[in-house]
Amino acid sequence: MLRSRFNMPSHEELVKRMDAIPDHVLRECPICHSTFFSLRAGSSKTCPNCGYGFRITAKRRAKITFDSFKEIDAQMTVPKQYTDEKYVAKVKKAKKVTGINESVLTGIGTLGQQQVGVGIMDPFFVMGSLGSATGEKITRLFEEATRKKLPVVMFTASGGARMQEGIHSLMQMAKVSGAVEEHSRAGLFYVVVLCDPTTGGVTASFAMQGDVILAEPHALVGFAGRRVIEQTIMQKPPKDFQSAETVMKHGFIDAIVPRKEMNQTLTRLISLHTKENVYGK
Amino acid sequence: MANKTAYERVKAARRPDKITTAQLIHGLTSEFFEQHGDRLEADDQAIIGGIGLLNDKPITVVGIQKGTDTDENIARHFGSPTPEGYRKALRLMKQAEKFHRPILALVNTPGAWPDVESEYHGQGSAVAQNIIQGMQLRVPYVTIIVGEGGSGGALALSCGDRVFMFEDSIYSVLSPEGYASIMWKDSSKVQEAAEELKLTPEALLKDGIIDKIIHEYKPGDDLSSLRDFLDQEFSTLAKLPIDELVERRNQRYRNF
Ligand SMILES: [Zn+2]
Repeated sequence: MLRSRFNMPSHEELVKRMDAIPDHVLRECPICHSTFFSLRAGSSKTCPNCGYGFRITAKRRAKITFDSFKEIDAQMTVPKQYTDEKYVAKVKKAKKVTGINESVLTGIGTLGQQQVGVGIMDPFFVMGSLGSATGEKITRLFEEATRKKLPVVMFTASGGARMQEGIHSLMQMAKVSGAVEEHSRAGLFYVVVLCDPTTGGVTASFAMQGDVILAEPHALVGFAGRRVIEQTIMQKPPKDFQSAETVMKHGFIDAIVPRKEMNQTLTRLISLHTKENVYGK
Repeated sequence: MANKTAYERVKAARRPDKITTAQLIHGLTSEFFEQHGDRLEADDQAIIGGIGLLNDKPITVVGIQKGTDTDENIARHFGSPTPEGYRKALRLMKQAEKFHRPILALVNTPGAWPDVESEYHGQGSAVAQNIIQGMQLRVPYVTIIVGEGGSGGALALSCGDRVFMFEDSIYSVLSPEGYASIMWKDSSKVQEAAEELKLTPEALLKDGIIDKIIHEYKPGDDLSSLRDFLDQEFSTLAKLPIDELVERRNQRYRNF
């Protein structure tokens, strides 16, 4: 599976990137290594030095990004057929930490006056991996947006496919892609925001299918993980080879947008794509 | 002005203090959102592209930008796009088609970037795709040649419904230096070459290659008259049934 081939960050690294730390605690930026009181990261949870956006839950992101947000398919979760004890326990814990039932939060939000379909992946739900229900929720989101003629805003943050769900996880890449294409053929706008980390099967499908692709500063964006590359072909990748900035230089990202400017930038992009005042009318 | 010799016009087209593509975009559109990357391998800074509002209506702009100082000239390799640049432009033009936005192309290039990497990456193929796919785009497509319109590298963004030129601009199959070198094996005969190439806006208008000469704008000038002119052009073109627009465009080039 794609996820198993991806190099997961160490436990310490994950802790550093966690957002559930009390405000008075000193924290270190995993990118620029400056230390500061958590409070200074503000409600956007951003490094005051380099602008890196710490990993945050999908619920928090919905709150700080959209002017309003109403969840859909909230009850959808991991199918009952997966009974492995460890997996079941992991999912149970993930639900508690994130407050949602799968690794993506979907719904209808507003940016200014404009309604948009919203998908937000949660890096704290089994590494934001792509489970069957994750794929189903995203597919339904695109179908709903196509029916309602709405643009879609998708925040990706994922370790890739979910190995516990095997080939069914892989199939989600194709299922979601089909729904994205149908949405696109209806002439509707799809904007992706690549968040830290966007990897594996998510990168290889709907993360790279947006009309416009944005990224948060210094987000890790890639397909194969560093360790896989090192161990498979014995090549040592450069330090920042999968930073959003590097990926942009290679032609895959339209713009890097700091979290604090996200609402404003998305509002502007949506308005550019949904204006009533157009040539030919 | 028409009383300049062809060679004086060449020099005027290349003046470093000419209004730049970036300044034109800034003056003509509001809310401009620049888009980067060809989704294949690079982001060529010789091409600036994105979405903006022209008199409050969305358009896509793709333009070739020369540098204004040494650093920018190196970053944008003197306004000579690489294949990646042409592919970025085409990506944005196809996107304009999807969202029914007209396209404004701003051209100022000595020609496509001539280096080994560009050959490996298919410079010829990239220009060819921009031409064939550009001619079929189902949205109004207008080009302004701002300064230099150097051969295929300029044509790649000049296959639309209307082609306009600034007063101090040139458009030719080859640079005068290149022409002199090929025709007379003497690259110093640039002046004669410029005359023979008939590269001035007046000569090209007379020949039907371009549709109109636009008076020269300097950096800092108010561009509202140009904005209104383009607004009018797009509105007129957008009124045509789309099949007719594409058919007329193909006829435009069939006639040459
Ligand atoms: Zn930092």
